[in-house]
Parts: sequence; structure tokens; C-alpha cells
Amino acid sequence: MAKLTKSFHRALWAFHINSGSCNGCDIEIVAALTPRYDVERFGIKLVGSPRHADVLLVTGPVTRKMAKEVRRVYEQTPDPKVVIGVGVCGMSGCVFYESYNLVGPLSEIIPVDVWVPGCPARPEAIIQGVTKAWEKLESLRGKK
Amino acid sequence: MGLDFFLFSILFVFLTMGLGLVVALFIRGIDRKLTAHMQARIGPPLRQPFLDIGKLFGKDTIIPENSIPWLYNLAPIACFASAATLLFYIPLGSLDSVLAGRGDLVLLTYLLLLPSLALTLGGFASGSPYATVGAQREMVTMVSYEFPIIIGVVALAWQMTMLFPFDPNLYAFSLSAFSAHLVWAEVGLFGWVGLALILFVFLLVTTGELAKVPFDVGEAETEIAGGLLAEYSGRNLALFYLGDCIKAVAMGGIIVAIFFPFNLSPLLSISGLQANAVDLLFFFVKIIIVLFFSLMLIRVGVARLKINQVVDVQWFTFSLICIVGLLLVWVDPWLSPVLGILGG
Repeated sequence: MAKLTKSFHRALWAFHINSGSCNGCDIEIVAALTPRYDVERFGIKLVGSPRHADVLLVTGPVTRKMAKEVRRVYEQTPDPKVVIGVGVCGMSGCVFYESYNLVGPLSEIIPVDVWVPGCPARPEAIIQGVTKAWEKLESLRGKK
Repeated sequence: MGLDFFLFSILFVFLTMGLGLVVALFIRGIDRKLTAHMQARIGPPLRQPFLDIGKLFGKDTIIPENSIPWLYNLAPIACFASAATLLFYIPLGSLDSVLAGRGDLVLLTYLLLLPSLALTLGGFASGSPYATVGAQREMVTMVSYEFPIIIGVVALAWQMTMLFPFDPNLYAFSLSAFSAHLVWAEVGLFGWVGLALILFVFLLVTTGELAKVPFDVGEAETEIAGGLLAEYSGRNLALFYLGDCIKAVAMGGIIVAIFFPFNLSPLLSISGLQANAVDLLFFFVKIIIVLFFSLMLIRVGVARLKINQVVDVQWFTFSLICIVGLLLVWVDPWLSPVLGILGG
């Protein structure tokens, strides 16, 4: 059903999930939308509902309470979709490493396409993560 | 009405529709670009809305388990169709509209309500608490903006019936009549002030009609996750997006047709097809200027109001201004000549 059209990667709408982050990466995602970086010039915008989203920006090490919600939001997002893990927390737990209430890393909860490491990830790095997602989408389109 | 007329009408309908769609999306692109520039950003390219629509049609369309599927799927189509119908009533520059003479300003105010009504139905049918809250807010907004609009329409219609008394063959307050007779030229000083007040309210009510900041309480992305549209995805969302873009053009077109029905061709002394093309372009430029003041400038300048503030502003402030406008238009035939005698 879902098709990867040519306009797809020029109009990525992002939904942001905070899975127990310290708010550092969340601020950096907002910084990417400000006049200084302005990702809207690539057609990227932040949406309020996962039903509208093409990209899931997941920040934070996944806490026990949030694991179910992260999985649910992933399932609520219509195909085709890309998951970008923002911040090093989702990869290893970072400063929360081996904390009693973590069930991460993120890739054990949902399939992650692109990692953007950093504590917090810089806006430039987040934009580069999105371009990596484009490359992935283009290679997927090539296969079909 | 022969077959020729019928075929011509159908052709004209498709042309209007196609042109309306392209122009509506293009104007949305200009809207986003100008907004970005006002915020010292670069902004998306002008063709961004086309890309958005192309992408949305390629996405999966999810129908939630809690929804009422037939109503949930019908609402976007109803929204798009009723918004598109609006286009057929608006005179395009010096060309008359497709349905000229088959409806007037009063019908248009009802047609303007239909896309919002479809949105509300879709919100209730999607079975999400966010969408339900959004739908209830949208209903309250609808009730509140309808009152100032209808007062303004009454004032304008009354002015027009004064020009053509007791002639049942003339569609006194169809949009074509407004385009043919400049309202500003038919009134004196008092009427002029009254009309200016009504124009001011119409510009501001457009924002509420299109559910944009500061009146976008029904969608309110940051507090109720897209509200009415929270559950919509893929094709259904694309149809709502298109309906919204077309409604913006239609609302701008109505204001232009009533208050600024000027054409360029008499000034440039050209005629025929060229004149129609020039007038059409000029018409769209006028729509962009109207929407610049009623949508973009306001959206950049202010934040979202609370729902009780929306009702307060629209019921009391806008209605009061509109009633003053109506009274000024009403007393104009008696008072303006007196003023003329006193002045000179």
C-alpha cells in the first residue's frame, strides 16, 4: 500500500517522543527549528500527532514506564516511516547507564534507522541525521 | 439551456477546479515563505505544499479501531467537496463564475460553514479524546464567528437591494452584482466608514473561519495534538489539507469580489482573452494581499487565544463593530446628503 514517492523525503514531518530524556536533546531539536538552523527550508516540520508523522525523533534512555508508549507510538505512525534516535542515551544509556529503571537500549524496543550520538546531540548533527535518513529512503526507493 | 451550455459548464467547472487547486496550494506556499521571512528564516520552497500533498497521498491511511469508519472516511471528502463548491461562486477577475446567478452571499455564508462542519463530524467520528475536544472547540468557534459575518452580510445585502429595488429578475446580492457595482462608490461618508468597519471585521473573521492563529483552538497542535485532525493520516489528511487551502482562497476571493472588484484591463486598454488573463492574475494578486493581512501578519504577530477569549472577541467585539457598521450604512442615505449641504 505504502509507496515511496519522490516527494516523500522533501516533506518529512517529524514527531518527537521523549522516552525519559533529561530534556537536553529536546531543546536541541527545538533549536534545529529556530531561525539559525531553520530545518523548515527542507520541508521538515514538527507535528503534534504520530498519525501525521513520517519521522520519529526518539530522545532519552527508554524507561520502564515509557517502553510500552514508545512501541505504541511507533505502531500508530503510518508507513513508510523512519526512526531517528537522538542522543547517546538511546544507544547506551549514557549517564543513566545501568540504572534500575531502564529497559533500553532503544533498538531493543523499536527498529532504529539512524543514530545521532551526542550528549546532547548538536542541531547540526540532528540535521545530518535527517540527511542520512534521506539516503536510506532513496536506497529503499531504488530497490522497488 | 442547450447541450452546448451544459458541456461548456462542465469544461468550465473542471478548469476552475484545476486552477483553483494549483493556485490554492501555491498561495499556501507563498504564505509559508512570507511567514518564514517575517521570522528571519529562509522557509520552505514555494512548491512545498505540492510536495506535502504528494507525500500524504503516498502514505498509509489508518482507520482507528474506535472510529465510525464510514463517517470517518466521508468527512474529508465532504470537506474538500464543499470547499471546492465555493470556488464556483466566485467571479474570477472579469470572468463570471460558473454558478453565477444561482446563489448569493447568504448561500455563500452557509457554504463557508460546511467544511468546518465536516471537520467537526470527522473529529467526533475518529473516536479519540483529543479529536473530540477539538471538535467541541471548533463548534463553539463556528457559533461565535457566524454572528459577525451574518451582520456584515445583512449590511452589504441591504445596501445592494437599495440599488435595485423591487426587481425580481436581478440577483441583487450575488457576488457578480457586487463585482459589477463598487460598494464604496454607492455610499456617502457615513456608509464609507461603515463599510470600512465591516471590511476590518471580515479580514479578522477570515482568520477564525480558517481556524488559524489566534483562533486555532480546535487544532491547537501544542496542547491537544492536532485536535480535530489527531487521528487522520494519509489520503484523508491530504483531503483536509486541500480543503483548508481552497477555503483560504475562497474566503479571500469573496472579500476581493465584494470590496475590491477592480480590474486592470480598462486601465491597460486591452480586451478579449488577454484582458481576462490579466484580470485573473490581478485577482489572485489581490487575494494574496488580502490573505497577507488577514492570515500571515496576524499569525506571526500573536499567540493562540483561549477558547473563552475567542468567543468573547468574536461575539462581543467583532459583532459590536459590525453592528456599528450596519447602522452607519443604514443612516447613510439620510445623513450623508445633510453633511454635503453643511460642508458646502
